Amino acid sequence: MRQKNTASIFHNIDWITVLIYLVLVTVGWMNIYAAVYNEEHYIITDTTQKYGKQLIWIVTSLLLAFIILIIDENFYTAFAYLIFGVFLLANIAVPFLGREVKGSRSWFRFGDFGIQPAEFMKFAANIALAKFLSNQNIKIADYKNTFITLMIIGVPLIIIKVLQDETGLAIVFAAFIFTLYREGLSVNYLLLGFLAVVLFILALLINNLYLFIFIIALCAAAVLFVKRSRKNLFVIAAVGLIACSMVKGTSTVYEHMEPHQKVRIDVLLGRGTVDLKKEGYNVNQAKIAIGSGGFWGKGYLQGTQTKYDFVPEQDTDFIFCTVGEEWGFVGSAFVIILEISLILRVIFMSERQRSPFSRIYGYGVASVLFFHLTVNIGMTIGLAPVIGIPLPFFSYGGSSLWSFTILLFIFIKLDSHRLQILR
Amino acid sequence: MNALSERKYVIMGVIILVGLIYIARLFYIQVVDDSYKLDARNQAFRYTTEFPVRGYIYDRNNKLLVFNEAAYDLMVLPKEIKHLDTADFCNLLGITKDVFIKKMIKAVQAPNSPRKQSIFEKQLSPKDYASLQERLYRFPGFYVQSRTLRKYPQKIAAHMLGYIGEADKALTERDAYYNEGDYIGISGVEKTYEKVLRGKKGLHIMMVDVNNREKGSYMNGLYDTMATPGKPLTSTIDADLQLYGEMLMQNKIGSVVAIEPQTGEILALITSPSYDPNLLVGRERTKNFGKLFVDTIRVPLFNRATMASYPPGSTFKLVGALIGQQEGVLTPATRYPCAGGYPPLGGHPKCHHHSSPLDLYDAIGHSCNSYFSYVFKSILENKKYNDTYKAYDAWREIALSFNIGRKTGSDLANELRGNIPSIKYYDKIFGKGSWHASTVISLGIGQNELLITPLQNANIVTIIANKGWYYTPHIIKAIGGDKNDSALARFKIKQFTKITDTAIYNNVIQGMNDAVQSGTAAALKINGVDFCAKTGTAENPHGKDHSVFVAFAPKNNPKIAIAVLIENAGFGATWAGPIASLMMEKYLNGKVIRPDMEKRMKEGNLIDNVKTVPVKKKKR
Repeated sequence: MRQKNTASIFHNIDWITVLIYLVLVTVGWMNIYAAVYNEEHYIITDTTQKYGKQLIWIVTSLLLAFIILIIDENFYTAFAYLIFGVFLLANIAVPFLGREVKGSRSWFRFGDFGIQPAEFMKFAANIALAKFLSNQNIKIADYKNTFITLMIIGVPLIIIKVLQDETGLAIVFAAFIFTLYREGLSVNYLLLGFLAVVLFILALLINNLYLFIFIIALCAAAVLFVKRSRKNLFVIAAVGLIACSMVKGTSTVYEHMEPHQKVRIDVLLGRGTVDLKKEGYNVNQAKIAIGSGGFWGKGYLQGTQTKYDFVPEQDTDFIFCTVGEEWGFVGSAFVIILEISLILRVIFMSERQRSPFSRIYGYGVASVLFFHLTVNIGMTIGLAPVIGIPLPFFSYGGSSLWSFTILLFIFIKLDSHRLQILR
Repeated sequence: MNALSERKYVIMGVIILVGLIYIARLFYIQVVDDSYKLDARNQAFRYTTEFPVRGYIYDRNNKLLVFNEAAYDLMVLPKEIKHLDTADFCNLLGITKDVFIKKMIKAVQAPNSPRKQSIFEKQLSPKDYASLQERLYRFPGFYVQSRTLRKYPQKIAAHMLGYIGEADKALTERDAYYNEGDYIGISGVEKTYEKVLRGKKGLHIMMVDVNNREKGSYMNGLYDTMATPGKPLTSTIDADLQLYGEMLMQNKIGSVVAIEPQTGEILALITSPSYDPNLLVGRERTKNFGKLFVDTIRVPLFNRATMASYPPGSTFKLVGALIGQQEGVLTPATRYPCAGGYPPLGGHPKCHHHSSPLDLYDAIGHSCNSYFSYVFKSILENKKYNDTYKAYDAWREIALSFNIGRKTGSDLANELRGNIPSIKYYDKIFGKGSWHASTVISLGIGQNELLITPLQNANIVTIIANKGWYYTPHIIKAIGGDKNDSALARFKIKQFTKITDTAIYNNVIQGMNDAVQSGTAAALKINGVDFCAKTGTAENPHGKDHSVFVAFAPKNNPKIAIAVLIENAGFGATWAGPIASLMMEKYLNGKVIRPDMEKRMKEGNLIDNVKTVPVKKKKR
């Protein structure tokens, strides 16, 4: 057992993760500069421009990271529920106390800068989830425990969706399903979730009657080929019934969606006629920008589609378009590989933890990052519906950068003390 | 817990899978599928064409024949129009709202489209442009494109210079260089030398943002091309001679072609009636073209010098005389009788009154029909062949070597071939073996099915003046100041006829000189210039005979060969002769000292003699 070393807060820090973080943040900043490039304000540190502001966000994020590394690692386990409670309150309060900006009720405003508490809910919920699940006596299969787990994930989701009307920020909480899976959630739930997604898509694309027939045929085939035990027949019948009700439910869910959400799904699935000037505009422009980059890209600051505002939100949610256009396939693949490497590194680190709290927290980090990556890049290349969530460490925005930094660096801190914790 | 820790592989697998799918998808849309690149260009680039200045055209003495004047097309890109104050805009252009609406509809309908720029108002004058330019910023979607219009300081040589039109859709499909509405030479030198005159269009790529604001040049102009101006052309035309000739030819139908024998350079190419070339330029072009086009009596757009073929009449006797000698059936001393016509066929073809019999010199000098019928008969019944058809073939082959019966190969757009009838042709008409010399005897005096263009006729005289050779007649002598441009190389190759013995030509030249000294052209002598000529009076199925005259001057070291044809004007010596004589005097002496003759020619109005369209009019 090594002696506890307080000589340096940087002791045992996973430098690979920190390095990937720094590269992503820097490349992101450069691309924000390119995306909103303005010849009148060409100095990258000009704080009247978004790239100047992003620099402030980056510097403060590094400060935050530093503070996190100073704070004692036991702080998070000790105050997990308190942190969760505080941010939950902030999220409940923001619609009432915050100033409405562009119809959004999710911001606290301080002069030029704004803070979006929903972004911070992610790490708060992750801490609470880790704290709860790491309790030695907890078995996830227990209904009561399942309920509490669902509450930790579901309450923030509902608050953000219902009170703040921020679908993108809310839906991220679904990402914790990966954590739960790692911690023992029955694979059946995942399969059921997967089935739900597949059937939802099919139900929108194919005549529902055919789908019913297909499901029944599939069940019948299963009955013929599977050992006809009572249990098997029950499972087949149950799955068939659930599948059919999912198909039936699809239209109900779809009808209750908001028009712009319906349209986003239609665009993704290519349903009906998509007007490229209206509902199809964002995705089409994003694809044009990325697609026109070619193999090597048009060169830094040479992008026309992003720089000249053809792509909307090109500095935040659609920042990946700038990468695709100016750095081409090479740059896009590099960014994806970098993000994936970070996520895999975090998983690798999680698995080396002796403390379940650290491991669960680590998986939460990986889950959130993976969800953001999948949806954000997926929507720019037409593989995911348009959901307004940022690309981690990359998109413009103080709240998201702060929140991802906090999320990641708490884990780096926990990881740096992994050897001091006895099992 | 161990069992659960295996799940990390599933999770990592899913993450890596998503990464791979995304990278594959990116490879597809970025590398494999090109359509996005095209979309991006269409959106973010605005291509503007820089039109080059079309080359000027000068005469042989560097007098300007054609230059350019700036004009401005008002272009519209309907998609870009924003907050348009229609009333204000109409006011500015001086058009009514109805006209505006009509033009806008045209701009958005096929073949135009709201996303495509098209011409809203053509060729604004520099003055209109100036007032418009200041206010154009208020009308997004409208902009001006500068173009050049042809201008002609002297209203001469319209047919030879030709005119310019706009490229139509069919043409743009054939030749990718052109876009619809681009200017292109349609006729004359403008057509033949289109590629030289037009230069090369420049292309500028401007980047635009989502609101269509220009954001500067793409890659700082790396892919932009500058317009290359068209090269100036130096014509062989003598503008003064051309002007003088056109003045003499006014109110007559016909043409004059003058060639410098030593070079094959065309000194004057006159077609009458003509028109002011300035009419076919600018906004009035369509209207004026229509007017000229529907004038089916005078057919002013028709270039008779190269596009009309006539029976050459008596001037063709010269060729007969040359071939007769070449084939050994004729010497200057050969004499044939004339009895007011060709005796063997009972006085047909007829002849006018003169002494009889005549030798070759006198026969040329007096243009005896009987004599040249005998000559033609002797050529076809030549013992050398002992076969009329073989003899005919030999006659035809020699005749063809005078650059007739085919296009001369000049650089004049649209030439007719003319016609030297073939054996096959006569076989078809008369039946094989059932035609002989007397059947086609009038070929000997330039009638029958013979057809020759005025340009070809002038070239025949050139050959006689040169005694057996010529350069392909041409209208351009230098491109961009370069006389040795490869496009002109073909005019530097000396062409020889099948008759090379200069003695044969000397005999004919003597006869032509006799015609001037004491024969049919005796009234046309030029002070101080001894020249050679041959009159002609060409029968034709369209009324009164055509007046034909060919000549070259001076007799020794000829400087000008000329062929004049005036339709339905009667004797060659009456109208065509004096005009040729005056033009030669003008060219050689610099001034004309026969004011009476000049006045008579200038004021002569023969246009009313024309009863029907004498020649088939080719479309445009």
